[in-house]
Amino acid sequence: MAKRNLGHEFIKGLWEEHPNFVMLIGLCPTLAVSTTAMNGLAMGIATTFVIVMSNILISLLRKVIPDEVRLPSYIIVVATFVTIVDLALKAYFPDIYRLLGIFIPLIVVNCIVLGRAEAFASRNGVVASALDGLGMGVGFTWGLVLLSAIRELLAKGAIFGYTVFGEGFHPIQIFGQAPGAFIILGFLVALVNFLNINAKRKRELKKISDRTLAA
Amino acid sequence: MPKLLLLFISSAVVNNFVLARFLGNCPFLGVSKEIKTSLGMGVATTFVMVMSGIVTWLLNHYILIPFELEYMQTIVFILTIATLVQFVEMVMKKNTPALHRALGIFLPLITTNCAVLGLAVMAVRENYSFIETVVFALGGGVGFSLALALMAGIREDMKEDLIPEAFRGPAIALITAGIMAMAFMGFTGILPS
Repeated sequence: MAKRNLGHEFIKGLWEEHPNFVMLIGLCPTLAVSTTAMNGLAMGIATTFVIVMSNILISLLRKVIPDEVRLPSYIIVVATFVTIVDLALKAYFPDIYRLLGIFIPLIVVNCIVLGRAEAFASRNGVVASALDGLGMGVGFTWGLVLLSAIRELLAKGAIFGYTVFGEGFHPIQIFGQAPGAFIILGFLVALVNFLNINAKRKRELKKISDRTLAA
Repeated sequence: MPKLLLLFISSAVVNNFVLARFLGNCPFLGVSKEIKTSLGMGVATTFVMVMSGIVTWLLNHYILIPFELEYMQTIVFILTIATLVQFVEMVMKKNTPALHRALGIFLPLITTNCAVLGLAVMAVRENYSFIETVVFALGGGVGFSLALALMAGIREDMKEDLIPEAFRGPAIALITAGIMAMAFMGFTGILPS
């Protein structure tokens, strides 16, 4: 039983409680850095690192931190890991650092990170918290890569820098700019909603037919 | 003076924090269901933005730079902002309890509003002077409030509309925001290039 629960802590971030498409949090970096698939992937990995590490540390410290000052304490923990990412990217990946710009320090205020600390890591064990963080991070990353791949494809005719459409393709600039980000994310959220609504209907139909069969 | 005015217009409409720079999107979608609450949120955020712009500028120039502690910027800025938000919440609770009830859980969320931290970080990266930082923060706050109030107005109107089930709520709000962003791109021409 315990094992299945741990698996679930990981899985839930991938779809059921997907941070971007279902919970609608962490949208600013999602919209801002999703211009190319590579940017999206880099941002996803950086954020995943911060979520997992801060979830682990906060879970370890959850009995030490007094309740009244928990939010400032969480913020310091998160800000520390963000500073690590910031310095590491600056030193080893200056290109990525320049492209992601202010959105690296802004990982601190990504609601996913603080949200998981408050809602999960502050009341669960280390392993569960690490898995929860990993699930949310991977969920965030695939959402980001999907959105940025669609935008890159429409605005530049390429994915991860590799040209997909040939000479005849006319790039649609607007999808590389702000409006395109909002609109495509809107459609992706609607798509996820649509799939979830359909799945729910099917489950209910099945329940009814099972009951009729049993009767 | 014209330079400051241009900076204000740039940060309020042309490079609108929400619609062009993608900052502060969580409250933009979360608190934009009614015009009244969105205005309250806008005013509170603008106040915090200006205050934190001022305090972070002072901290950066009189403590972090002289002691070569610039790498501590993220941590110092976010703590300053968290403290300020706590302060605003206390003042609001005492003086305008109705507004405090209406904004509810969103008030502490100004801390995690990336428009506030983003402003502090951008002001440092752009090397703004003190007065420029204040104008930039004020413009950013006004732009944020403007986008929030416009969105709330549109969403109040949409309440009665027949929207496909899957698009209801955040999905249609995002697409609306996209169209608003397109309209805001029209302001680009105001600024001399």
